Amino acid sequence: MGTCGLWEGAGLSETILSETMRRRSPVATLFAVVVLTVVVLTASGLAGCSSAPSTPPGMFSVYLGEPQRPLVPGNTTETEGAKVIGAVWTPLVTFDKESRAVTYDGAAESVTSSDNVHWTIKLRPGWTFHDGTAVTAESYVRAWNYTALSTSAQGASYFFSNIQGYDDLQAGDDGGPAATEMTGLWAVDKDTIKVTLAAPFAIFPLTLGYHAFDPLPEVFYADPTAFGKKPIGNGPFRADTEWVPGRGIALSRFDDYAGMDKAKSRGVVLRVYTELSTGYTDVLAGNLDILKNLPPDAYASAKDIFGDRYLEQSSPDITSLGFPLYDPRYADVRVRRALSMAIDRKAITEAIFLGTRVPADSFAPPTVVGYRAGACGKWCEYHPDEAKQLLAEAGFDTAAPVEIWFNAGAGHDGWMIAVGNMFRKIGLTYKLRGNLQFNEFLSKRDAKEMNGPFRLAWLMDYPSIENFLAPQYATAALAPTGSNTTFYSSQAFDAALAAGDRAPTIEAASIAYERAEDILVDDLPAAPLFHGLDQAVWTKRVSNVEYDILGEIVLANVIVDGEAV
Amino acid sequence: MTRFVIRRLLLTIPILIGASLLIYAMVYALPGDPVRALAGDRPLSAAVQAQIRADYNLDDPFAVQYAKYLWGLMHGDFGRDFSGRPVLETIGQRLPVTVKLTIVAVVFEALFGITAGILASLRRNSFFDNLVLVSTTLLVSIPVFVLGFLAQYTFGFKLGWFPIAGVADGWVSYLLPGLVLASLSMAYVARLTRAAMLEAFSADYIRTARAKGVGRSRIIIRHGLRNSLIPVITFIGADIGSLLGGAIVTESVFNLPGLGRAIFDAVRSQQGTVVVGIVTLMVFFYIFFNLVVDVLYAVIDPRIRYE
Repeated sequence: MGTCGLWEGAGLSETILSETMRRRSPVATLFAVVVLTVVVLTASGLAGCSSAPSTPPGMFSVYLGEPQRPLVPGNTTETEGAKVIGAVWTPLVTFDKESRAVTYDGAAESVTSSDNVHWTIKLRPGWTFHDGTAVTAESYVRAWNYTALSTSAQGASYFFSNIQGYDDLQAGDDGGPAATEMTGLWAVDKDTIKVTLAAPFAIFPLTLGYHAFDPLPEVFYADPTAFGKKPIGNGPFRADTEWVPGRGIALSRFDDYAGMDKAKSRGVVLRVYTELSTGYTDVLAGNLDILKNLPPDAYASAKDIFGDRYLEQSSPDITSLGFPLYDPRYADVRVRRALSMAIDRKAITEAIFLGTRVPADSFAPPTVVGYRAGACGKWCEYHPDEAKQLLAEAGFDTAAPVEIWFNAGAGHDGWMIAVGNMFRKIGLTYKLRGNLQFNEFLSKRDAKEMNGPFRLAWLMDYPSIENFLAPQYATAALAPTGSNTTFYSSQAFDAALAAGDRAPTIEAASIAYERAEDILVDDLPAAPLFHGLDQAVWTKRVSNVEYDILGEIVLANVIVDGEAV
Repeated sequence: MTRFVIRRLLLTIPILIGASLLIYAMVYALPGDPVRALAGDRPLSAAVQAQIRADYNLDDPFAVQYAKYLWGLMHGDFGRDFSGRPVLETIGQRLPVTVKLTIVAVVFEALFGITAGILASLRRNSFFDNLVLVSTTLLVSIPVFVLGFLAQYTFGFKLGWFPIAGVADGWVSYLLPGLVLASLSMAYVARLTRAAMLEAFSADYIRTARAKGVGRSRIIIRHGLRNSLIPVITFIGADIGSLLGGAIVTESVFNLPGLGRAIFDAVRSQQGTVVVGIVTLMVFFYIFFNLVVDVLYAVIDPRIRYE
């Protein structure tokens, strides 16, 4: 267990002092003075000292990076915080691992609509928050209104933008929000929520699997900051202590949990690391139970070392090379096709990433509904000769270098250089523009300041191809308010998306979205490059480790010492 | 002496204000938009972005931002980071880790460095002297992260003598990272001590002491070492000041949640208030330990007096 440093420190210095005073040598005295100063300094004003979460019996530990936002579902849009949220909350809907279709094994019993505009969400009765209060329709409605309201400054606000009345909750240039509650959202009774959307959206039930739609207990509104350190949810695990920055949090099994996925262990310790390599060494030594994502030097060897305690799955993301459509040099579709065909995706994934990436052949990863193998067709294959010919046809200026943009310090240099060298093979020169920090890169990308292809990445929110099309390529999503940073705008594409949104069923919607993808492939505003691969390893202490469709470890299913609780 | 100390302490106030202004300006001048970075690849609605900017005074011109920060400071408010956590709380949670790491590192540094330096100077050009020379050259030339991972793998994982990472085992957790952190300074201390001792040994007063028939150990400690300590103390004092600022690499390798990592993250996400709070504290440490060193001069060498 952790020890609190202050008194121990004082004890140590006392020993040193008494020891040295007896000998009275000047060196020792000096040394004692130094130690004493440090200790006095420690003692003055250093009250806080929490113990690091170690792993109590029956519990297991998981690697985590430091979350950047408070632990509130509507405010956590990055992956690390989302892991904590995922353990403490249960979303409304869940997904079938094989078909990736919506299942109602979460907090909702059903989500129905006759016209894709008016939706009725029926909650499973009898759920409680970890503080004992009941989860009601009102817990959801109030949380959604709070998250949507711009003055609450919640990161996931945009998830509610398709609900009627959302715009009134946004502060304009001339003052605060006009309303604090969305007109299209109300609680009919204890277990029923009615939602009216601003426009038809066939896959609305799918989006409810995202944690932005989780409920909040009443206690949240009294002190959101305190809540963000010690969240109270409706999920299989509860937080007993506060989050400790740089260290992590211990979550214990919620015994009164009403859901189906009750925790099979006594609890989980989410331990913060800053270095993957350190986490990996800790798993090797048995100090850390589960690690997802491996340090590069373990890519090749982990499978042999861990054997059946190793699991990989294609991760629900995509990395593409976006083209600045606002730059006349890249306005010709032939140029974009040529550059896309110049890239040997297989070589990059194998040589640079040692097989830990999968070449992309579509605008979406294989993990979503609506994915079609080879949808991108020829443009995503390696045809250097044809690429060269197309460039000549388009009259591309081969003298000026192609400038390639990406953010620094995130390991993108290697594969971007490979891309550049592949461009060189078709008679071009390139210049790397990879010295920008992430925020600077993002700002420039939003401001149309890219004068060459740039890194474009997206991580799935819900398992529909729509999630990889609309937010990145629809006219409505143009940067800086949206994430469409190629500034692609096509009426045909928008219309195909809208047709999907209006479709009577999720299946029918998928077909329409596929049509939208075909249009995208024709116009090729970006060249899909590769998808990630999630690799997890674990110790002998734990078993039943599996991924959910979002590529996260299903913490509730993990069994410790072979004995499910 | 007391007047000297008080005067020096008073002098730190304008220095700290100046330093905080400078640091605040540097964070402000960093290119890019911190709120944009918060959203990452996902969208953040314009109204929400505006709200966050307003919450953290990011819309104000520099002078106003800094004035608001100083005003808060005078009321004991060090500001908040982007997750709404008070900066003072972050410091309170992370400083003990850094302090413990520093104590362990300085103890190693002084203990091993000075001992090795004395022994090397006593047996000049001997095998031991050469060993110290070679090993310190080696330590100085190996990057800390290599040394860190190497030590972690060998002593933590393979041999299992020390915990691999984290702070769960109390003081024991700090031994290996402390040793790694101290390695570089240890080399300097050893060489400084050796050189200063050799110089002292050739001084007249040592010869006089010998002629008087003073014992060997008394000559070494009382006459030799005491007169050689000034450069060593200067170095160690400055080192404590900088070690207390946090050791980013060592803290990362051994997963110690100290100040170094906090400041690294804060700079990357352009959280001005966090950076200024921590760095100003570092500046204070640095000044403070320089003062301690100055006072120690007078203790070691009675000829030095502060009036």
